[in-house]
Amino acid sequence: MSSPSFLHRRSGGKLGGSARILPQARLAGPMPWVIAIMIALTVIAAAAGLALSNLADNARSEISGGLTVQIVEGAPADRDRQAETAVAMLSNRDDVDEVRRVPDAELAALLEPWLGEAAGADEDNAIPTPALIDVRLKGAVTPERLAGIARALEAGVPSARVDAQASWLGPVFEAISSLQYLAIGLVVLLAATSAAAVWLAARSALGSNREVIEVIHHLGGSDGQIAGIFQRSIGMDALTGGLAGLAMGLAAVLLLGQQFSGLGSGLVAGGGLEVTDWAMIAAIPLIGTVLAIVTARLTVTSALKGML
Amino acid sequence: MSAETDSIVQFDNVGLRYGTDREVLSDISFTLYPGSFYFLTGASGAGKTSMLKLLYLAQRPSRGMIRMFGHDVITLPRSRLPAFRRRIGTVFQDFRLVPHLSAFDNVALPLRISGMSEGEIRKPVTDMLNWVGLEHRSHARPETLSGGEQQRVAIARAVIARPEILVADEPTGNVDPEMALKLLRLFEALNRLGTTVVVATHDVHLLRKVPDSLIMRLDKGRLSDPTGALRYPPRREAAAP
Repeated sequence: MSSPSFLHRRSGGKLGGSARILPQARLAGPMPWVIAIMIALTVIAAAAGLALSNLADNARSEISGGLTVQIVEGAPADRDRQAETAVAMLSNRDDVDEVRRVPDAELAALLEPWLGEAAGADEDNAIPTPALIDVRLKGAVTPERLAGIARALEAGVPSARVDAQASWLGPVFEAISSLQYLAIGLVVLLAATSAAAVWLAARSALGSNREVIEVIHHLGGSDGQIAGIFQRSIGMDALTGGLAGLAMGLAAVLLLGQQFSGLGSGLVAGGGLEVTDWAMIAAIPLIGTVLAIVTARLTVTSALKGML
Repeated sequence: MSAETDSIVQFDNVGLRYGTDREVLSDISFTLYPGSFYFLTGASGAGKTSMLKLLYLAQRPSRGMIRMFGHDVITLPRSRLPAFRRRIGTVFQDFRLVPHLSAFDNVALPLRISGMSEGEIRKPVTDMLNWVGLEHRSHARPETLSGGEQQRVAIARAVIARPEILVADEPTGNVDPEMALKLLRLFEALNRLGTTVVVATHDVHLLRKVPDSLIMRLDKGRLSDPTGALRYPPRREAAAP
């Protein structure tokens, strides 16, 4: 009896070609949606963190050289005289870039929400308010420079009080920093939760394909081949869910952006996103996919080590 | 040349126990040379399947030494086992076909695992399915195949990559006598090309069909070898392919 032809040839070649060894071990139905929700939340948290960072940076650079001189004088004529003296003195200094007395009408408009129309009333009926002078120094305000300006004004403007704008905005910056840390923490937590979800899904897929995996193992399939199949499957699910999550997250971010821009607040307007920020946000699903693939590989190879 | 370097499989005082139970295999010693043909017989529970598991590297022994292809497989790192398993063809008693794959893809599995391209796979797999009489069932999934057909697919999968050792657990249990003989001839053809064949069977008629074969008889986990022929078998030269 002659031998069949297939026995005259040798198998060979490098290890690989595992694409059709296992069924596409798609993650159980809801998993891509879980990933989509995680990515959407991550996008929102990251966008918030980046916007807060921009807001803080813009505000800091804007007020880093700013100081406010208040003329706290009850008599309107004396207050005006001292304010004019202060403006003149400050304008002559080499280290001062810009001096502007806040007009009474603008000051009244600022105070109106708290003091009502009395803030802008005629001199007889007005609530006495200090004159405000907005000063921009060349370079940042330091305690030494602040003290120097206060000393220079002391003689000619006895009612002057000098404050760095950064000092009274300090608590605002601290609050913004806290929110930034919160956003970073949320991104980390969401990444960890996504990894845990992928881990559970990979374990579940391993369990449901255990018999097939054992056969592949007995036929000489390596851990890398089996892990590769799960990686591809989970990676595809993560990418699909990630892109859906990115779309959802971006929709929410754009909607929130519109809401905030409608506030018309100078502080909030500084919190827009730059091109690099959008690029970072767009990279979130890709980072999520890489995280899912690495998690799947570690999960599968670690579980396979339990087999001989 | 010493038996250690010349043999393809060497068991020396091998014992196997599962958990803390008594040993299911005790003091097993034998040597297989390339091109030998063995039948493994014994009553149910004698330890045949456990012995085969040791041979196809699904189990490590509790004691003793096993060398395969010139290496001590007990101390071999786990990462190197797949390469060894690819040199062994296995016919499982319960077939273990992959349920979502067609007969063609099940037979092609060892070739894909070994990294062959799709273009290289088609002809040998088609030839093999023709040989076992399943060319018309190549697209059928295992659940739609009869027991005998599944068994033939399992055998085709075990021999397709031309293994150096073929381990078969009751490979003719579900086929008619004519197909059983045909499959046995396939094993013989492989054996003539140098493949060492170990067939576990209850079928005493099968033993007579391969005159040059040796019989390994297991009794309550011990190998019967009164003449020492299993431990020191007569050497055979493998036929040239």
